[in-house]
Amino acid sequence: MDILIVIEDNNGKVHRMGLESITAAQTMAKDRGFSIAALVMGSNADELATQVSNYDIGEVLKLEHDLLSSYSSDGYAEAVKQVVEKESPKYVFFGHTYQVRDYVPKISAKLMKPFLVDNVLMNSDGDDTVFTKQMFNAKLYSDMIAMDEGPLLISFQSAAYSSDNAASGSASVRDVNINLDSSMIKTQSEDPFQEESGGVDLTSAEIIVSVGRGIGKEENVPMAKDLAKAIGGELASSRPVVDAGWLSSTHQIGSSGQSVSPKMYLALGISGAIQHVVGMKGSKNIVAINKDPEAPIFEIADYGVVGDVLEIVPKLSEALE
Amino acid sequence: MKIAVLVKQVPGSDSPLPINSNQSWLDENGISYVMNECDNYALEEALQIKEENDDGEVVVISLGPDRVQKVIREGLAKGADRAIHIQMNSDSIADPLSLATLFADAIRDEKFDLIFSGLQSDDLGMGQTGIIIGEMLGMSTASLAMATELSEGIIKVKRELEAGFFQWVSMSLPASITIQSGLNIPRYPSLKGIMGAKKKEINIVTPGGHDVKQSAKKVYVPQSDKQTVMIEGSVDQIVDKLVEAFRNEIKVI
Ligand SMILES: Cc1cc2nc3c(=O)[nH]c(=O)nc-3n(C[C@H](O)[C@H](O)[C@H](O)COP(=O)(O)OP(=O)(O)OC[C@H]3O[C@@H](n4cnc5c(N)ncnc54)[C@H](O)[C@@H]3O)c2cc1C
Ligand SMILES: Nc1ncnc2c1ncn2[C@@H]1O[C@H](COP(=O)(O)O)[C@@H](O)[C@H]1O
Repeated sequence: MDILIVIEDNNGKVHRMGLESITAAQTMAKDRGFSIAALVMGSNADELATQVSNYDIGEVLKLEHDLLSSYSSDGYAEAVKQVVEKESPKYVFFGHTYQVRDYVPKISAKLMKPFLVDNVLMNSDGDDTVFTKQMFNAKLYSDMIAMDEGPLLISFQSAAYSSDNAASGSASVRDVNINLDSSMIKTQSEDPFQEESGGVDLTSAEIIVSVGRGIGKEENVPMAKDLAKAIGGELASSRPVVDAGWLSSTHQIGSSGQSVSPKMYLALGISGAIQHVVGMKGSKNIVAINKDPEAPIFEIADYGVVGDVLEIVPKLSEALE
Repeated sequence: MKIAVLVKQVPGSDSPLPINSNQSWLDENGISYVMNECDNYALEEALQIKEENDDGEVVVISLGPDRVQKVIREGLAKGADRAIHIQMNSDSIADPLSLATLFADAIRDEKFDLIFSGLQSDDLGMGQTGIIIGEMLGMSTASLAMATELSEGIIKVKRELEAGFFQWVSMSLPASITIQSGLNIPRYPSLKGIMGAKKKEINIVTPGGHDVKQSAKKVYVPQSDKQTVMIEGSVDQIVDKLVEAFRNEIKVI
C-alpha cells in the first residue's frame, strides 16, 4: 500500500480522529492514485478491524500481541515501526492525539524518518505534498515539506478532515506479525483516572464567561466573575489561568479540560490556540474580546471586539445590572 | 543525579511576528524573545529535584544563535549549575529530527540521568524533540508530565491524557520526560542568583553539518472564512452594542 493509517483504539471503538485520517487518506489517494491500508492493534483489534473494514480502503492489517494489549509507548512504537518496515508505505497517517504525541516521535527516531505533525491541510505540489501546520500558537501557518523519500509520518489536527466524508466500502482483513519481547518495554502504566470535578459542571451551562491570560493578573479575575454573575452565566478559563493558580483546574476548557457547547461563549483575553478551541468551538455563539486584531480567536468568533477587557468588562457588567 | 533541561528561546506571546520578504521565516528584528513557557516549568521541576535530594547538577541546554544566551543566563540565574549552548545560526530550523540529533551528539557523553524538556515549543509546536533525543540515547521516555516522583533509580510520572484524565507511568532511569505547563510554580531569579549566573560556565558547542528532513517552505497569516461581526466604537458604544446583541441576536438576556 501507499498510505498506512494507524487507527487508535478508544475503548473498543475507532477513535474519531482515526476516521478523520481515513478521510485524509482517501483525499490523497484520489489525487495521486494511491492505495490505502489501515492498521489496528491491541486487545480490541478484532472489533476495530470490523469497524474499519466498512470503509473504502484496500485492506485492514490486524496486529495482535500480548504485549500490545495495553498501551505503552515502547511497545506501540516498536510495533508500528516493524509494520512500516515490512509494508514500506510512502505515508503513515495518524490523528494528532495525545497518544500519538507520546509514541510516534520514537518511531521517527528509530527509522530516522521525519514526523510532520498536527496538519490542518495538505496540497499537492507536483509529485510532492505540502502539509500545512499552525505555528506560533496558531497565529501563523507554515507550509511544510519533507526532504526524504519516506516513509513519512504524518499527523492531522482534530477536525482538519471531517469523518462524515469518509467513503464506505468493504476491505479485507489480513493478520500481521511482529517480534516483540518484554525487555523492549521500559515503562509500567497504571490505570487512567480523573481528578475530582469539585462540583463545577460547565457542560450544561447556557452562558459561559471564559477568561484567558489577557485578564492580566489574579486581582482582575473577580471582574470576570462579576460579569458572569450579571449575565447569569458560569465562569471558565483557558489553561494559563489555571496554571497560574488563579482558578482551579475544574474551570479549564480545552483538550485537557472540559468540552462545552453553550448558547454563548464569551472569550475574554483568550488567543484561540487549538487546544482551547477544541473545547469550545461547538458553542452556538462565540463572542471574543481581545486587544489583538490578529488573534486567532477571531477566526472562529461570531462577534468580535478589538479592545481591552479591563476597560470593557466592568462597564459591561454595570450595563447588564 | 544529573539533570539536563532543554530551554528554548521563542517569541513572547505579545511579540509582533513580522514575516520576512521571501516568506520563508520571520524577520528576527523586532521580535521580543522569552523562555518557552513549558521549559520554564521543566527547569523548575529539575531545580526542585536537585534541592530535595540535596545533591546533583542541573545543566541548561539551548540550541540557536547567540541571542539564546539570554534564556541560558535566566536558567543559570534561577539556579542551574552550568549550561551548554549549541550554536546554530540558521534561523529557520524547523526539523525536530535534525535538532534532536544535534542535541543527542552534544550530550551523549554527559550520561544524564534525566532530560527534562517542554512538551512543545510555542513557535514550531512540533512536540517531539525531547522524546526523539531520549530514544536516540536509549533512555526511557514519557510525555506530558503533570507531576514527577523519584525513588531509587525509578521515576514515576503523572501523565496528562485527554479530557481531564491522568495516568501514572513508572520507568527506570535514565529517562527523558517532556513537561506540561502547570505542574509547579516556577521561581523568579533572585538578585544573588543573577549576580552568581555571570560566573557560571557556558560550554559552547559548534556542530558540523546536519541532514534536514523537513522544512518550512512558506509562512503566512491564515485567512479566515468565518464571517465575524466586528463591534466597534468607543468603550460605551461597544458595551451598548454588546448588550443589544446579547438581547436581540443571541437572545441570552
Ligand atoms: C497538549 C496541550 C494541551 C493543552 N490543553 C489546553 C486546554 O485544555 N485548555 C487551554 O486553554 N489551553 C490548553 N493548552 C495551551 C494552549 O496551547 C494555549 O497556550 C492556551 O490556550 C493559551 O491561553 P490564553 O489564550 O489564555 O493565553 P495567550 O495565548 O497568552 O493569549 C492571551 C490573549 O489575551 C490578549 N490580551 C492580552 N491583554 C489583553 C487585554 N487587556 N484585553 C484584551 N485582550 C488582551 C492577547 O492579545 C492574547 O491574544 C494546551 C497545550 C498543549 C500543548
Ligand atoms: N532550539 C532549542 N533549544 C532548546 N530546547 C529546545 C529547542 N528546540 C526544542 N527544544 C526543547 O524541546 C521541546 C519541544 O520542542 P518541539 O519539539 O519543537 O515542540 C521544547 O519545549 C524545548 O524544551
